Amino acid sequence: MADGSSLVEIRGLRFAYSGRTIFDGIDIDIRRGGVTAIMGPSGTGKTTLLRLIGGQEQPASGSVRVDGMEVSRLSRRQLYELRKRMGMLFQSGALLTDLSVFDNVAFPLREHTRLPEEMIRDLVLIKLQAVGLRGARDLMPAALSGGMARRVALARAIALDPMVIMYDEPFSGQDPISMGVLVKLIREINDALGMTTIIVSHDVHETAAIADYLYLLSEGRVVEHGTPDELQRAGSRWTRQFLNGLPDGPVPFHYPAPEFGVELLEPGSSR
Amino acid sequence: MIALTLQRMGRWALERLERLGRSNLFLLHVVPGLPGLLARPGLVVQQTFAIGVLSLPIVVVAGLFVGMVLALQLYNTMVDFGAEQSLGPVVALSLVRELGPVVTALLFAGRAGSALAAEIGLMKATEQLSSMEMMAVDPLRRIVAPRLAGGIISLPLLSAIFSAVGISGGFLVATGLLGVDSNAYWSQMRANVDLFDDLANGVIKSVVFGVVVTWIAVFEGYDAAPTSEGVARATTRTVVNSSLAVLGLDFILTALMFGDDT
Repeated sequence: MADGSSLVEIRGLRFAYSGRTIFDGIDIDIRRGGVTAIMGPSGTGKTTLLRLIGGQEQPASGSVRVDGMEVSRLSRRQLYELRKRMGMLFQSGALLTDLSVFDNVAFPLREHTRLPEEMIRDLVLIKLQAVGLRGARDLMPAALSGGMARRVALARAIALDPMVIMYDEPFSGQDPISMGVLVKLIREINDALGMTTIIVSHDVHETAAIADYLYLLSEGRVVEHGTPDELQRAGSRWTRQFLNGLPDGPVPFHYPAPEFGVELLEPGSSR
Repeated sequence: MIALTLQRMGRWALERLERLGRSNLFLLHVVPGLPGLLARPGLVVQQTFAIGVLSLPIVVVAGLFVGMVLALQLYNTMVDFGAEQSLGPVVALSLVRELGPVVTALLFAGRAGSALAAEIGLMKATEQLSSMEMMAVDPLRRIVAPRLAGGIISLPLLSAIFSAVGISGGFLVATGLLGVDSNAYWSQMRANVDLFDDLANGVIKSVVFGVVVTWIAVFEGYDAAPTSEGVARATTRTVVNSSLAVLGLDFILTALMFGDDT
């Protein structure tokens, strides 16, 4: 459970991409030891937020501090040292396709430690056991289902026992069983290893079920934040539409267009 | 109308210059990673195998046929001047100085360069490079540098094999088909092909081509848009740009190295 202090502090963050404002001054606190979810409709820059926390993007203004360090001011060497203490699970899994499951999980260990191969083997098997795929260690990534690939990527992300793990849309495109497995794993791994977890997702029910705290983003701003219960009870109309998956509401069903009747009667128009 | 055309030409030129600048910066970031490969020779051996050894079949077959055709063509001209016994050195010089490095580099661009660009481009499109960065592993050192080293090692060796096979192909046609004396073929070749003037210059060319073709391939892959269209474009650009670079550089190098002989 969260001990109260913040591992990640985001203040007044602004970020634009190709002239389009993605974040327009957002403040977010990720508490240590907890599971914090960042939610919002597609295209609100949730993945970009993870890239900003990981130092893969630079903010236009504002600050992103991880474990007390201003990410955008770190030298390359310092940034890489920080990343060794961060794990990230990409939406696609992003396994290295020319390496087997075993070698994928062993990859960060071989790159960053000088451990003997026997110890690397034991560590890899422990991580694979945690995600239930010890038996799949000799398979190549192409032979894995989407859910299995994500679990292998999860084993790889926790290989170096990071202080924080970031999940980018971990539930998208998963069948109910894979989804259940991932939901259980994310919470269990967070609690068992005493980590801090950040989940970026728009899968409301799964995410709300395991998150301690939620941030809702829309149009570059934090619309609402609180525990799942607080948001369900006291959220705005937009929040309730989002959390309950209602087709119409403050976010309209129709993309802006001229009056339908007028357009149908428009003479001489072919499209 | 004229203003618009000039504007378009200007934009086209600026874009090309910007890409050239980016590719130079890219190389500047990759080169410091090369010495680190001495500590991990396995990575370079793996890439030299994938890039060089797997390109052997096409290089050997092409070399054989180029050598055989060269012997046939040259014989028809030389016999008019009664110089057919000099076929050996002429075939060898053509191959070692010119055709060996150039044709091998063109084949290399098509076979290995396109594969490198597609591989790195797909790694980018499937977030493998991003995930490496997030694992605090620099893809420029772990992925690009070993491939650059593998290409630079492979191309001169492939060129040497191409020339050797070509000379042998020429020998087969000259002695088996055209009735040239086999001793004359070899002895005249030994007497007229100079180790430094000819062989070393061929090697210099192939090293330069190795650097340029592999550089273009890894840059195009790394710089590709992370979509299937972007990867396709990177592959095409690799083959087109590196082929043109090889032919252009060949003229410059030939003029520099052999220009004062004529």
